[in-house]
Amino acid sequence: MIKSIKLRLLIVLITVVLAVLYLVPTLTSNLPSWWGKILPTDQIHLGLDLQGGIHLLMEVDVAKAMEATTDRIGGEIQSLLHEKKMDFVAVKQVEAGELSIKMADGVDVTEVQSMLDKELPQWKLMLVQGQALDYKVENAERRRIEKMAVEQAVETMRNRIDQFGVSEPEIRPQANNRILVQLPGIKDTKRAIELIGKTALLEFKLVSDKINPRDLESGNLPDDIEILYQQEYDPVTKKTIRQVPYALEKKTLMTGEYISDAKVRFNSRYGEPYVAMDFNSRGGKLFDRITAENVKRRLAIILDNHVYSAPVIQERISGGKAQISGRFDAKEARDLAIVLRAGALPAPIQILEKRTVGPSLGHDSIRKGLFSMVIGFILVVVFMVFYYHLSGLVANLALVLNLLFIVSILALVKATLTLPGIAGIVLTIGMAVDANVLIFERIKEELRLGKTTRAALDSGYAKAFLTIMDANITTLIAAIVLYQYGTGPIKGFAVTLSIGIVCSLYTAIFVTRLVYDLIMEKKSLKQLSI
Amino acid sequence: MQFIKPGVNIEFVGRRFFFIILSAVVILIGIASLLFHGGLNYGIDFAGGTLVQVKFSQPTTSDDIRNALKGLDLGSSTIQQFEEASGEEFLIRVEKSKSNLVGLSDEIKATLDKAYGANQVDIRRVEMVGPKVGKDLRRQGFLAIIYAMIGILIYVTFRFEFKFALGAVVALFHDVIITIGIFSLLDKEFSLSILAALLAIVGYSLNDTIVVYDRIRENLKQPGKRSYEELINTSINETLNRTILTSVTTILVLSSLFFLGGGVIHAFAFALIVGVVVGTYSSIFIASPIVIAMKGMKIFQGKKRSRMST
Repeated sequence: MIKSIKLRLLIVLITVVLAVLYLVPTLTSNLPSWWGKILPTDQIHLGLDLQGGIHLLMEVDVAKAMEATTDRIGGEIQSLLHEKKMDFVAVKQVEAGELSIKMADGVDVTEVQSMLDKELPQWKLMLVQGQALDYKVENAERRRIEKMAVEQAVETMRNRIDQFGVSEPEIRPQANNRILVQLPGIKDTKRAIELIGKTALLEFKLVSDKINPRDLESGNLPDDIEILYQQEYDPVTKKTIRQVPYALEKKTLMTGEYISDAKVRFNSRYGEPYVAMDFNSRGGKLFDRITAENVKRRLAIILDNHVYSAPVIQERISGGKAQISGRFDAKEARDLAIVLRAGALPAPIQILEKRTVGPSLGHDSIRKGLFSMVIGFILVVVFMVFYYHLSGLVANLALVLNLLFIVSILALVKATLTLPGIAGIVLTIGMAVDANVLIFERIKEELRLGKTTRAALDSGYAKAFLTIMDANITTLIAAIVLYQYGTGPIKGFAVTLSIGIVCSLYTAIFVTRLVYDLIMEKKSLKQLSI
Repeated sequence: MQFIKPGVNIEFVGRRFFFIILSAVVILIGIASLLFHGGLNYGIDFAGGTLVQVKFSQPTTSDDIRNALKGLDLGSSTIQQFEEASGEEFLIRVEKSKSNLVGLSDEIKATLDKAYGANQVDIRRVEMVGPKVGKDLRRQGFLAIIYAMIGILIYVTFRFEFKFALGAVVALFHDVIITIGIFSLLDKEFSLSILAALLAIVGYSLNDTIVVYDRIRENLKQPGKRSYEELINTSINETLNRTILTSVTTILVLSSLFFLGGGVIHAFAFALIVGVVVGTYSSIFIASPIVIAMKGMKIFQGKKRSRMST
């Protein structure tokens, strides 16, 4: 321990002033303008349980992303074979990450093999059987694709949320292809979840003109035709009234990836909202070609496997613009424009965990949490004075400083205060006096042995010190494990508990000792009020 | 002032078999209750399901709510009045593990709106946990307790001796199992926050135990011809005042949390109160007797003398 009382007093004063400075921004919102230039402005953030909001844990369906990639690779193989003039019968996806290639008779499969080994090194030949080759993706490549899918989903969600306008959103990838999203202060939770979770895969496909209604009904369709439905909603209840089937050519002519902008517009005649899309230059050219080749045919606009509309192409469209109309209200149109601008998720997602707290409950929790903290604090303070008299006051000073330090460190590390976090502080109040209890009990014992006040203080602090360290380090171990393995609210509890333990060591040992030394310096105490 | 008069020497160690049997009986009752209930009453955190906290502008009853929700096929569900609220606030818990858990809270809201009129129903909180996550959380929670114990075992072995560390960890298991048993007996819901409380109890009870051990270690260094049992008993007595004092201050703040902290924190505070009481008991009556018991075993004897004399 540092011998000089003056030096120790200086240390305590500096830490207290720093703590107060860090606390000010949290207590008041209207700081003078010069404050931010030299002084900290970090505030304690309130957790979702205190200010209301949504917590979502989602899982990206990476198998679907793998399927899509396999399809794309299949397409690439087909064009490679075309290019090299190697005739093939079919390139098919066996399962996600596995392709089977059937070459025409007379084609040398070893040539195909060496070409593919060179062009697609991440895909390995599994089996050759006559003219059929079986390729499988390497594990490292599979993992890379899955990781990419999650990263891309995080990026897309971040874009959507930014455009939706949420302050301090948190979007983080987690283990096992999961994504954690926390949106504080959101009121319309349903709308927010739809906005984040929508895959928003926009596709353009041609309506087949070779299918008669009878085949459509019986489902007796050729391989390259699929049926997708248009939902008709009741405008009031939003329930689906009718599903209109469309027979579509399976080949996707174009997707939403070429969209450069999407805006809500209103139909001039009825004032109905629709979404107007602008394509980038590549998309514009592609759209121009598609429309030119298919004049007088119907082009279906499909979002997440639902047909929105299927207008007839009247003439070639070269402006790089298209629109989606359907029966939605202005809010839905706005959200649709957001997701189209932000892009599609690389794979569908599934919500595993959803926690929402309304602002009114959060408000109640803060009020009750703080109230119980104040009452608990008063109870302990009164008890300490009752039991230890003047020394109790010294311990109480340590307790007040402890509370001050905990809160300002929370602000310093920009921690999030949750309701369990408040509980952690309350528990710390109860346990923080423990160090002083240990010291005081020791001093009493030493006094009983007939030592002088000074000697009793010295040996009391010295003997209690190791005990306090051992006891608190073990508690800290439990708190750290809690932090490592805990989720959300539990982490908040572990953080405040850990900070509380460390602060209590400083205040209960260092600060109280200083107080006694200051008193002893002024006058030699004959008797200690303890 | 002093709770325990100085020089008092209550016989704890001599009665250790009584307390060990008492604890064993309480633990057995807890285990029997667990078996009888078919495991813990897991909250939706661990079991999966949906929980909706609703506040009505007028008092109502759970039967009325159940009637209003009849049209929704909710499967096995419970509707209970929220603690400390006066008939306006309810918890609706649905254990159904159907795939469309996400939209369920919206359905409930819409149905209640229809029955009670618009703006009469405030959805205060929704918690939806899929079955997959529930399983993960259970596993993680279990691991957390195990890792905390291993960490403590290592630290206490390093600072004291292995038999002390083992005594401390047995005492911790004792506290955790009894607290879990009490939760099972009262059929209280076991949620994520209760798990956090259990870990806090581990920390607290250990704190208590270490203080006693520390005194034992100190007294062992003193010359004298006291027997091991006597020495441990004296150490427990010497620290008894502190043990009780700290429990009192901690229980003071916890009661404040329990009575005033609000419904969300209620069960958490309850678990901590139970744990502090059990933890205090175990550091007096269980942790040290185990050290004595192990001293009797041959494997722990050889090393002890050399280590303690240094």
